[in-house]
Amino acid sequence: MNAQLAGRIAQVVPTLLLVSLLVFCLQHLMPGDPAIVLAGEERGDPVVLAQIRAELWLDRPLPLQYWHWIGQIAHGDFGISWHTREPIAKLIAQKLPVTLQVGGMAFVIAVLIGVPAGIVAAVCRGKVWDYAATAAALAGLSTPNFWLGIMLILLLSVHLGWLPPSGFVPPSEDWRQSLATTIMPAFVLGNAIAAILMRHTRSAMLTAMSQDFVRTARAKGLSEMGVIVGHALRNALLPVVTLGALELGTLLSGAVLTEQVFSIPGFGKMIVDAVFNRDYPVVQGVVLVTAFLTVMLNLAADILYVVINPRLRDG
Amino acid sequence: MADRTIGPRYEALARFLERRVAVAALAVIVLFVLAAVFAPLLAPYDPTATSWSAIRKAPSVAHWMGTDENGRDVLSRVIFGARASLLAGAVAVAIAAGIGLPAGLLAGFARGWIDAVLSRIVDAVLACPFLILAIALAAILGPNLTNAMIAIGISSAPRFMRVARAATLEAAALEYVEAARAIGNPPWRVAVFHVLPNIVPPVLVQATLAIAAAIIAEASLSFLGLGQQPPDPSWGSMLNAAQRFLTQAPWLAVFPGLAIFLCVLSFNLVGDGLRDALDPRA
Amino acid sequence: MRRLLLAAACLMSLLTAAQAQTLRIALREDADGLDPTLARSYVGRIVFAGLCDKLFDLNEKLEIVPQLATGYEWADPVTLVLHLRQGVTFHNGEPFDATAVKYTLERHLTMQGSFRRGEIGTIDHVDIVDPATVRIVLKTPTSPLLAQLTDRAGMMLPPKATEAAGKDFAQHPICSGPFMFNERVAQDRIVLDRFPGYWDAANVHFDKVVYRPMPDSAVLMANLRANAIDLAERVLPTDVAAVKADTKLRLTTSPGLGYEGITFNIDHGDRSKAPINQNALLRQAFEAAIDRQALVEVVYAGMYQPNAQAISPASPFHVAEIPPPPRDLARAKALIKQAGVPTPIVVNINVPTTAGPTQEAEVIQAMVREAGFDLKINLIEFASSLSAAAQGNFESWLIGWSGRADPDGNLYAFLHTGTQQNDARYSNATVDAMLDQARSVSDVAARRALYAKMWQQERADLPLIYLFTPVNIVGMSAKLSGFKPVPDGMIRLQGMALAK
Repeated sequence: MNAQLAGRIAQVVPTLLLVSLLVFCLQHLMPGDPAIVLAGEERGDPVVLAQIRAELWLDRPLPLQYWHWIGQIAHGDFGISWHTREPIAKLIAQKLPVTLQVGGMAFVIAVLIGVPAGIVAAVCRGKVWDYAATAAALAGLSTPNFWLGIMLILLLSVHLGWLPPSGFVPPSEDWRQSLATTIMPAFVLGNAIAAILMRHTRSAMLTAMSQDFVRTARAKGLSEMGVIVGHALRNALLPVVTLGALELGTLLSGAVLTEQVFSIPGFGKMIVDAVFNRDYPVVQGVVLVTAFLTVMLNLAADILYVVINPRLRDG
Repeated sequence: MADRTIGPRYEALARFLERRVAVAALAVIVLFVLAAVFAPLLAPYDPTATSWSAIRKAPSVAHWMGTDENGRDVLSRVIFGARASLLAGAVAVAIAAGIGLPAGLLAGFARGWIDAVLSRIVDAVLACPFLILAIALAAILGPNLTNAMIAIGISSAPRFMRVARAATLEAAALEYVEAARAIGNPPWRVAVFHVLPNIVPPVLVQATLAIAAAIIAEASLSFLGLGQQPPDPSWGSMLNAAQRFLTQAPWLAVFPGLAIFLCVLSFNLVGDGLRDALDPRA
Repeated sequence: MRRLLLAAACLMSLLTAAQAQTLRIALREDADGLDPTLARSYVGRIVFAGLCDKLFDLNEKLEIVPQLATGYEWADPVTLVLHLRQGVTFHNGEPFDATAVKYTLERHLTMQGSFRRGEIGTIDHVDIVDPATVRIVLKTPTSPLLAQLTDRAGMMLPPKATEAAGKDFAQHPICSGPFMFNERVAQDRIVLDRFPGYWDAANVHFDKVVYRPMPDSAVLMANLRANAIDLAERVLPTDVAAVKADTKLRLTTSPGLGYEGITFNIDHGDRSKAPINQNALLRQAFEAAIDRQALVEVVYAGMYQPNAQAISPASPFHVAEIPPPPRDLARAKALIKQAGVPTPIVVNINVPTTAGPTQEAEVIQAMVREAGFDLKINLIEFASSLSAAAQGNFESWLIGWSGRADPDGNLYAFLHTGTQQNDARYSNATVDAMLDQARSVSDVAARRALYAKMWQQERADLPLIYLFTPVNIVGMSAKLSGFKPVPDGMIRLQGMALAK
């Protein structure tokens, strides 16, 4: 295997460890005493409190607590929500698929808008279409996505009545309604990513189009379209494909806001509700899961990049 | 030999000034800053002054942008809201640069295990999505504007570290830096007097773009209720109230959002302009 | 042949008409735990209206009518005999009988954390006369007792299943109402399925009921108008015009029984040390700075009624001689001076994230600022604010009460020493005496006189500042029929039907 790749995989382990340390520190900085919260009615009883502390390993030294906590995470036990007393793993299993559904749609929309726009901008470099596309991308990046969501609701739901203004219907229940409730939030979420994709596609295309092998192809007499599609595009798509994985963070951050605006019971809304519920274990669980997903996806993106790009494969 | 670092700067400035869009954006930023600084003089009303008889009035001569659900003048609140946003942008980025720049400089210059450790720490922090980390920090510290600025600053620091580190790696390879090292200057002197001036340009670009991101982050946190607390105005919290009254008072949603958009767009344009001006290769 | 086809078509249309009918109800916030013994929330009661039958119920005139109990009589002032309905089963098949009643009442009285003790605490013991008759013996005569049995204290639970579930009953509640528990996703939905064995099944016209919390009124309105929900148990007065203008929707209003107020932490842990909690003069100043009429005008389009008492002005128990005082900023400032505390005086208030209270808090913040109070708003989700208060983790708290048919239900549990919902831990001998006496008397005028004396003391101490009495405004699809507006605001599903 590629030595560079092996190095990347080796880097993941310390990163994950540091992530877990970071989240563990967060856990201990959060206000509120877990024993008192979980004791509920019996919080005045010191015996019960001591019992709970022993159960949660709160009376042991910190390094041991960390060790115990890592063991629990490895078994899929992310703790108990203080608000609903349910296992956080169960809450995550309920809410994450919703966010991933909207996020997946958002990414598809972003690719459908951003990549063609980037290609057009690169091909028409310096002309009107380039400026238009670049301006649109910049505008998209500068628009707060919750504002875009509110404006879309105002237009498409309140004024035109075309789409429901909020809520979420799972596709298993009614796929048409599901589409109707997710198309606006997906568009809003995908908007920023479309802008980023557009800029990357444009610059990757420009780089590819000016490279030697493309000039050679042109010299050979291949048509302009042939050059673009045959060589430039294929090479330009490489960074674009891997960008998707790297933008997971943007997607999740954006999801926090769009789920609030559109009242979607997803992962992002879960962390906001958790803050207002003073449900700190859930906040911490969300941070842990997203960080973990991001690290793994970044690794997957790097592997994917090497696999797709023949030139890097042999090191 | 000293004028080697002055020349390119004038060139860069000239290149920047050539790009009219970037200059226009800079002018807009200056306008926003002036509005924030001279808010008490510019705003027609006290932004927190409620008026029970003027609830949710549409824009009119008396209230150019209308009034909100508590009878407060929206224009005044938008002007004063600039304070929260720009302050958040400046302070958050100052914190981020204050942490990230030295860290990146150290990592890029010292290399070896220091670099490895710092880079892994940065990877770990970057693994948490920006807003989610900011929310978690706001939850710990408590919701108010100051804590939001700290949270955004900490979340933005990794990117500064990366930029500073990459620039340091490049700068350290420059001939005259190596020469400075060779003649026996202690490492810290080389780092501060020779490497640092060279990494300022990319860090400056990052800072401008980071301010744009910080303004959106502050608006986002305030929108969620975790930033600026009532009655002090923030463009983000104004949008929260606007959503509640979307059918009765749609104008409430337009102006604060427009303000965020213009402000952030300007910073993005200036940042792009700086990047193009400072990096002749692009 | 044609007739056969016609008959087949009719049958088909009947069958399709009888297909799964789901009623979707929007709640103003998410309920707390679905355990009748431990529950405290108004929206929880709305869910219970579909899930759990009670011994008695209320009709639109607030008269007590039979539900699980078919009749009652007072053998003597401290002995209540109940006659139970025959042929009723719980959702899990256990039979409803006197054993279940005795078990449930004892659970309400003895379970740790029970919020029903303050409501039926005067019950001394329960005797089983026969499977269809129960005798309840009280320690002292208590006129409000029957009214309490029309609410959670009267919700009956299956002994075997409840005993087995213990504290986890709320995870999968089993009762005897028209619908059974299916699932619950926090902050998202509570789903109930039709209970085929319900004793009044003929009156139930839905197969499924889904309750969705929607604290954001804009979201709620949008869903109502888009026909994503069939009924909204609360429509804000500011949205009334929009509902009336929509021909697909209908609005029903009924006078409310409850109140909205600010509770101060008088003696409940460390946070009672805050200046405002230590000094009644400061609380009086705080109240004097509030303009109740303006508050109601701004936030609720003037539809709610300003009030300085916990009892609705429409109730015969309301003391007309104690009207809500108008705003008096000068008096507020004078009182602060008298108290000798330097301004600005910081007051931290817990405010539920529901639409109405968040705006109320901002309005109050602006009003009291002029007197010298710096009100810091601490937004906290509704059910979490309940647990925070139970732990004394609040300085002041903007919270309401849905109200009960009997005034005792609005007072005793909150103001009497040592009762569960007295989160302020307020304790005053005069107030205690008046509340206890009023409980043992049934004459309306006599009780009102006692309450008048109580209010005099309460208004001197102000552990609770009462702000206004809400009105129940329910918005629903025009296709929904059979909804009976009872002043307690509950959504009773029996008799309701959704036209196709």
